[in-house]
Amino acid sequence: MSQLYAFTLGPFADMVSSPVFLVEVIVGGIAAGLMYSLVALGFVLIFKASGVFNFAQGVMVLFAALTLVGLIERGLPVVLALVLTMGVMVALAFAIERIMLRPLVNQEYIILFMATIGLNFFLEGFGEMVWGANVKKLDVGIPDTSFMVAGVQVNKLEMTAAVTAAVLVTVLAVFFQKTRIGRALRAVADDHEAALSIGIPLKTIWVVVWAVAGLVAIAAGIMWGAKSGVQFSLSLIALKALPVLILGGFTSVPGAIVGGLLIGVGEKVGEVYWGPLVGGAIENWFAYVLALSFLLFRPQGLFGEKIIERV
Amino acid sequence: MTDGARRPLLEVRNISVAFGAVQALSDVSLDVARGEIVAIIGPNGAGKTTLLNVISGFYHPYQGHILFDGKDRTDLRPYEVASLGVARTFQNVALFKGMSVLDNIMTGRLLKMRGSFLLDALWWGPAMKQEMEHREFVERIIDFLEIQAIRKTPAGRLPYGLQKRVELARALAAEPTLLLLDEPMAGMNVEEKEDMCRFILDGHGEFGTTIALIEHDMSVVMDISDRVVALDYGRKIAEGTPDAVRTDPAVIDAYLGVAHA
Repeated sequence: MSQLYAFTLGPFADMVSSPVFLVEVIVGGIAAGLMYSLVALGFVLIFKASGVFNFAQGVMVLFAALTLVGLIERGLPVVLALVLTMGVMVALAFAIERIMLRPLVNQEYIILFMATIGLNFFLEGFGEMVWGANVKKLDVGIPDTSFMVAGVQVNKLEMTAAVTAAVLVTVLAVFFQKTRIGRALRAVADDHEAALSIGIPLKTIWVVVWAVAGLVAIAAGIMWGAKSGVQFSLSLIALKALPVLILGGFTSVPGAIVGGLLIGVGEKVGEVYWGPLVGGAIENWFAYVLALSFLLFRPQGLFGEKIIERV
Repeated sequence: MTDGARRPLLEVRNISVAFGAVQALSDVSLDVARGEIVAIIGPNGAGKTTLLNVISGFYHPYQGHILFDGKDRTDLRPYEVASLGVARTFQNVALFKGMSVLDNIMTGRLLKMRGSFLLDALWWGPAMKQEMEHREFVERIIDFLEIQAIRKTPAGRLPYGLQKRVELARALAAEPTLLLLDEPMAGMNVEEKEDMCRFILDGHGEFGTTIALIEHDMSVVMDISDRVVALDYGRKIAEGTPDAVRTDPAVIDAYLGVAHA
């Protein structure tokens, strides 16, 4: 009986007893969640605009971070290195469109997905070949220190990442809904042939989308790289972005934020308050269990498009 | 009258298309004059949709040329053909199923929207004003085609007949010079067919659009077309006024059949 109490009500009692600490945990969870959202955003962009699930998004984050760090290590000033990295990601988008996407126009989406798996391995190997496999430190001038806001301890780096993610998501959400190119992008994701027949140049659209996803990958790479160093396990963040996508909906830009927040906060709160009761490691499985339950009850996520088929 | 004005808008010259061993079109030629309505008829598998696909750039023939306004356009991709002022509808309805009817028709306006994509994304004012103008035009088309009630419905949820109407709206929204319609009346009852005929004729009257349509319903063909072209097994077997083609023995053999007492 006391075990039952300890499990269900105990943690809530803990939360209430020290509210400042609860707020800190939640804030930490928000920040972590927004960093997941940054990665998920790249997926959403490409999926929303071309119907392709980009298996290589995590590696693109890694590759962007590697390029940036590599250039800084070679002695370039940070700003120049950043601009050059952006150029590299745009060039990568051109190359991907030319070599991978153009030959596969109008193919089944599963074939395009397999192509992105190949892209994943290629970028991983290429990155290692060019920049080496060592763990690198990324310093963008934002200290990993904490400061106090209204009595709550807040991490500077995490806050910067959170603000960046929020800004990016807002800009992109407005972009997709309100502008004509946003409409064109949604049309391309819906039906390639129809989009071609009304005059949308598929090639240009794809280059634009993959370039933007590449730039978002740079942002994600900077934040994650500054937090835990640029190493090859960075590409595994993509795995954490999947539950975010399932929760928020694969085609929803605001969904990427909401999903990220839910998972980030849920993870942290679960780990801190229920972790000690079950021996820890809630952070490892919470996101996936939540995603699984969503798949059972609401597969399109909170904001995704419901599959409508008139038979 | 200058030579340019008398020149046909669309010239199809000796087009041949094959898919492996299947000869879809053999040596097909036809001219479509400016402002004409031409109907393409024939049994299933005759190559009618293939012909439309060649004209709109989805297929490329191994022989022959397509001249649009006097210039050779055979090897253009579909979106390049669209930018020349050609709009089309598809046999199996190629709407954007996840987008609303309004958004679908707005995509038809894409080629008419001026300005750079990037500036459009950043600058709110001028882009908004342009968007409003296009929206007004699209609303006129929605009124014209009487589909106000379903403006916000996702296109994938509409019944087939309404989807066809929305596709026509999207094609008209592009203010095309040449409109290609692939079986626009398929799946409609008599009343709906009358409505569609009225829309097509009104659109033709108001915008002066040249129209080429594929149609199986002979009464529709008789009513609205200026000229008729008949295809069978990838070849042109007759061409002329509706009455002439209807009584042509080759066409009767291949397609129309005779009434048995």
